[in-house]
Amino acid sequence: MSSGPDALPGVAEPAREEATEEAPFVVRGAGLRAFLRDPMGVTGAVLVAAFLLMAIFAPWIAPYDPMALNVMNKFQPPSWQHWAGTDQLGRDLLSRLIWGSRTALYIALVATGVSAVLGIVLGMIAGYGPRWLDAVLVLIFDSFSTLPMILFALAVITVLGPGKETLILVVVLISVPYYARLIRAQTLSMRESDYIQAERTMGASAFRILGVHVAPNVVGPLLIVLSMDIPVVIMLEAGLSYLGFGVRPPEPSWGNILNDGYVSLRSAPHMVIVAGIPLVLSTLGFTFLGEGLRDALDPRFRRFGGPR
Amino acid sequence: MLSYAIKRIGLAFLILFVVMLGLFSMVFVVPGDPAGVALGPRASPELRAQLTERMGLDQPLHVQVANFFANAARGDLGYDVWSRRPVLEMILDVFPNTLILGLVSLGWALVLGVALGCVAVVWRGTFVDRLLGVLSVSMIAVPSFVIALYSLLIFSVWLGWLPAIGAGEKGDIGSQIRALILPSFAIGITWVGYLARLVRASMLEVLAAEHIRMARSFGLSERRVVLTYALRLALIPTVAVLAMGLGSILSSAVFVEAVFSRPGIGTLATNAVSNRNYPVVMGTVLFMTAFYLFVVTAADLVIARLDPRVRDVLRS
Repeated sequence: MSSGPDALPGVAEPAREEATEEAPFVVRGAGLRAFLRDPMGVTGAVLVAAFLLMAIFAPWIAPYDPMALNVMNKFQPPSWQHWAGTDQLGRDLLSRLIWGSRTALYIALVATGVSAVLGIVLGMIAGYGPRWLDAVLVLIFDSFSTLPMILFALAVITVLGPGKETLILVVVLISVPYYARLIRAQTLSMRESDYIQAERTMGASAFRILGVHVAPNVVGPLLIVLSMDIPVVIMLEAGLSYLGFGVRPPEPSWGNILNDGYVSLRSAPHMVIVAGIPLVLSTLGFTFLGEGLRDALDPRFRRFGGPR
Repeated sequence: MLSYAIKRIGLAFLILFVVMLGLFSMVFVVPGDPAGVALGPRASPELRAQLTERMGLDQPLHVQVANFFANAARGDLGYDVWSRRPVLEMILDVFPNTLILGLVSLGWALVLGVALGCVAVVWRGTFVDRLLGVLSVSMIAVPSFVIALYSLLIFSVWLGWLPAIGAGEKGDIGSQIRALILPSFAIGITWVGYLARLVRASMLEVLAAEHIRMARSFGLSERRVVLTYALRLALIPTVAVLAMGLGSILSSAVFVEAVFSRPGIGTLATNAVSNRNYPVVMGTVLFMTAFYLFVVTAADLVIARLDPRVRDVLRS
């Protein structure tokens, strides 16, 4: 898929600083138009918006209390009273799934947000700092990147015990090296550009150069990567919660609902079926959104490596 | 080439060293002692002291570090806290299961992915191409363990066509193959999408090359150009990605193995976490990291042998 002819490449962005008031708006407008023409990106944006709204307004949307037990009413298949049926303790599944979106998005957004900030800082240090520091940091990044993600997550969980905070820490430890590598490469290439050199000859401090000139330019491409990594985090949270090492019951998570469903797969298959749907739709939504953004903004940048 | 090989292998060992150092120091980040972690809060002090001694945790730090590296170099990854079996032996017992699962998943994904990539290139810019694009992204995005659960429900529970658990009977190839179908489907589907995109992208790049224009000017059919001339070149980046793929597949097999209760590295690690069997978890991580490094390094060397330009990359 190629972007529209009027989508300006992300490379043009440095010009923004010197441009007049209207110029950035034109750049954004062109990107936005290209984005809106792409049905995949729009589908992604709609799905992501729906899940965000669901997560934010969970207490008002959910028809029942997600924790309310009603053992008499357990394993009910979907009906008019309970659209998604009930679980092994008679709790309303739809309510639990809606609250589960809050759990999933909270972990995904906090973890990728923290990783992005750390990745930008470490990446810029590696890219702009002295060579020996760069070498040391790159070695550490590469070492972390070779760790098998899920097994490493299990190791951290053994040490620190399961829970939301451990999950976030694991994601941060795994993602920061990737983001830092990306930011480092961009910082390195930008460092040699004429306007940074000019700024440097005029005596600007490294702090000013990185903060004012480099950081704003590396954030854009990173946002696209983040959007594509959020599904990976959602999958990791659900997977580890499924194994019983993530979000602890009774707090609802799509993963532990799937595990409850797995246990009673033969007698109550509806649990697995309905719990898989939000997981699939949310990961699809964020991936489509990321694809759409990338095609619209068209920075010369590809995601490195395969699905992790 | 020789100096590149030495550098590349040296780098692999350096990375392994840093990873081991990191894993080792993780033990000391824990609030409380590892023996306490393994035994849980209600263990008696005597038991804890016994385990501390057995794990060598009563010795000074530098001795522990030295022992850890010396043992790992000899292939001694420690002992299971409960059964006292050597960790390496436990890993090697189940590793073939995971390796076969990974290879089969990657194998069928490669065949189908390359085929779909070619189809997309032949019909590029048309509805078929766009449909395959959306399909590929969807296959990449959907979590493999949801596919595992759904296919388990449909093909094992409802239809009863395929076994729901295990890796098949020992010595019975038929049952082993039947037990492989669903797990390898769940793992491979992500890679079908990924490889289809990769093949499409690199083939479009190749198609712009001079010798392809030449072939076209001779009047060869589009299909012939794509399948015989472009595909061969486009496969080089695919091979590089496959090596990384094997590493990441073996790790993502954890969830799928859990769903199908299939013996393997994932099930071993998962059970070890449940029992807080610290040496087994650490041993598994270390083993898989070493395996991944080995595969990636070997692939890099093969590619460097084929393509001299790659040898300069290490300098950047």
